[in-house]
Amino acid sequence: MEKLRKAQLLQGNQACAIAALEAGVRFFGGYPITPSTEIAEHMAAELPKLGGKFIQMEDEIGGMGAVLGAALTGTKAMTATSGPGFSLKQENIGFAAMTEIPCVIVNVQRMGPSTGGPTAPAQGDVMQARWGTHGDHPIIAVSPASVLEAYELTVKAINFSEKLRTPVIILLDETIGHMREKVELPAIETLELYERKRPSTPAEKYLPYETDETGIPEMADFGTGYRWHVTGLNHDETGFPTGKTDVIEKQLMRLLTKVEKYQEEITLYKTYKIEDAEYLFITFGGTVRPAMEAVEILRKEGMKIGLFQLQTIWPFPEEIVQEYCKDKKTIFVPEMNMGQIRGEIKKVVDNKEKLVGINKINGEIITPQEIVSKVKEVANKC
Amino acid sequence: MLKDIEKLLRQDKMPHIWCPGCGNGIVMKAMLEAINSTGIDTKKTVVVSGIGCSSRATGYMNFDTLHTTHGRALAFATGVKLAKPELNVFVVTGDGDGSAIGGNHLIHAARRNIDINVVMFNNNIYGMTGGQYSPLTPHGKFATTAPYGNFDRAFNICDLVKGAGATFIGRGTVFHTKVLTEMIKGAIENKGFSFVEAVSICPISYGRRNKMGTAPQMMEWLKENSVPVKAASKLPPEKVAGKILVGELYKEEAPEFTQKYDELIARFQKGAE
Amino acid sequence: MAKIVINQKWCKACGICYGLCPKGVLDKDDTGKVVVKNPDACIMCRICEEHCPDYCIKIGG
Ligand SMILES: Cc1ncc(C[n+]2csc(CCOP(=O)(O)OP(=O)(O)O)c2C)c(N)n1
Ligand code: SF4
Ligand code: SF4
Ligand code: SF4
Ligand SMILES: [Mg+2]
Repeated sequence: MEKLRKAQLLQGNQACAIAALEAGVRFFGGYPITPSTEIAEHMAAELPKLGGKFIQMEDEIGGMGAVLGAALTGTKAMTATSGPGFSLKQENIGFAAMTEIPCVIVNVQRMGPSTGGPTAPAQGDVMQARWGTHGDHPIIAVSPASVLEAYELTVKAINFSEKLRTPVIILLDETIGHMREKVELPAIETLELYERKRPSTPAEKYLPYETDETGIPEMADFGTGYRWHVTGLNHDETGFPTGKTDVIEKQLMRLLTKVEKYQEEITLYKTYKIEDAEYLFITFGGTVRPAMEAVEILRKEGMKIGLFQLQTIWPFPEEIVQEYCKDKKTIFVPEMNMGQIRGEIKKVVDNKEKLVGINKINGEIITPQEIVSKVKEVANKC
Repeated sequence: MLKDIEKLLRQDKMPHIWCPGCGNGIVMKAMLEAINSTGIDTKKTVVVSGIGCSSRATGYMNFDTLHTTHGRALAFATGVKLAKPELNVFVVTGDGDGSAIGGNHLIHAARRNIDINVVMFNNNIYGMTGGQYSPLTPHGKFATTAPYGNFDRAFNICDLVKGAGATFIGRGTVFHTKVLTEMIKGAIENKGFSFVEAVSICPISYGRRNKMGTAPQMMEWLKENSVPVKAASKLPPEKVAGKILVGELYKEEAPEFTQKYDELIARFQKGAE
Repeated sequence: MAKIVINQKWCKACGICYGLCPKGVLDKDDTGKVVVKNPDACIMCRICEEHCPDYCIKIGG
């Protein structure tokens, strides 16, 4: 049986911060913003006790920059923010993707656009997480649906970033970030942790962007004599700028395929009452709970409905979603945006007519009752 | 001397990309001279730059080097230094990179007095993008985006970082290379935030448009229009007005940021014993 | 006689070295690149070495 700690009352943001520290994060750079600030506050209090470093930067751009600088010294580093700050971080997230610097960005989503509703939940940053930077590169994003998942997926996110040398985004939302729950965290000694691969070659032979069959280059810590160059310009295996189109293409394709290659490992999801289901919810994050309740209500009324929860949102698990959609009569997609995940499902579902969105963007969470009535309205028509 | 610093230059990347007569190579050389003469551990030295002609210097300097995004070098450098305070951290930035888009990071890094040595390559223009005015383009000068003369007033960037809290400030020029090297040495020796303004020449994107002649003529201009700061105090004000003051402009002792942080960590470690 | 080592490969013909040399030691060839014209006059002041933006000149070997 899984070893667990004593139950404790935790907030989602807190669980995320605790997980980060337990997974070895020793640097946090950020800028306060509701509803993410508790993460920074927790880090400010705890990091120095662990020999780690916290810094409140002058803005989110600086926070992201500081995180990447710290990560280059060999330190696991993280930042946390919300919509407006997430927008500001984008250029440097692109830099991290291009230069393959491991880092984790927590975005506790709030209502937008613009200042929107600082304390109002939303899930409107799904696409920004995927396409927020310029250029074409892969990204990993996970979205927890409970306080416990905030812990678990933060550990995973840090592992993914270290293993694949890529930025990983944790899409929390105000609902989960501020929710308090009694949780039993897994015992620390049961955590499986991963660290980036350090060079197996001496400094004279080190090619910072050379890869073997893993597709992931080895990374030297700054200050260990490797004297390597990091640039956001197109670069070759040596790390220095190049204008050779064939080399550029090879590097960029490797960036894309290095994430694809590990998609199976990265793809995390859960299913609920799915075995006999004729109807299906597909949802994620803060909308999972109300949708689960809706499953209960609808099942009591005799409807065979189940739930598929996306924990990993990017890369979007197309094949698995396709498989689960195949024999369903209708697929309902509740989300606190106007259909950002539904759009992804639409790309892979056999019959688009089967796909129904349940959307809300007024800053209130979607209630189980709202979900139930929408389902009934549609199912009765069929 | 060049022969002493060749090992600090990535010779296989030379010749560099800068235009004929560009001052960037001279400033970079002064940095290498200063680093070499202070004998700091070059394996434990990191140079961080932003974006611009000047920021390409990191590609030629044989340390761990980090060529970041426009204006953000100091943010990245803050992360490097705070995560690993034993590293010697330098920032190479342009006048646009460091005083416009990166101005906020500049004043806040100065305020923290974090031990980073900033060398601002000031060519009074956005060189890389072909000659648009920067916050350090003098009033009235011409730029592609100031075709009728620059309406803006320029920062006195050294005064700005002084007000923000820098604990060592010096200025040199690409003509006054010895002073420039001395200033960078002073920056290295200062345990805190140090700022060196390296007044440079950009014959291509600035000099030409402002009819300043060839690179040697621009050098001559620097010579004629600079006054050592020590001499300036003895000169009548009209001889100093509008001149570039070179030399050490400011120095003070103040607690350094990463050292303070390490003291905090030590306090917790003691408590745990 | 001072040893003046020139790396013409990197020279970009900017004119700074022969413009600043106080003794007329350096000159340009027909492409504007540096050449040593009058080595005996060199006083080893290193003005050329310090001001060459392209790392082309070494004085004293
Ligand atoms: C975010 C962003 N905005 C604008 C640019 C375009 N850009 C590149 S370099 C530069 C100005 C550089 O000027 P300066 O810092 O003075 O450096 P110099 O080229 O003069 O050395 C600009 C505006 C960019 N690369 N990134
Ligand atoms: S444009 Fe100006 S600053 Fe840029 S390389 Fe040319 S001379 Fe130097
Ligand atoms: S060292 Fe001085 S005198 Fe000799 S060539 Fe160079 S500038 Fe001229
Ligand atoms: S200063 Fe250097 S680049 Fe310029 S002409 Fe002389 S040797 Fe050539
Ligand atoms: Mg400039």
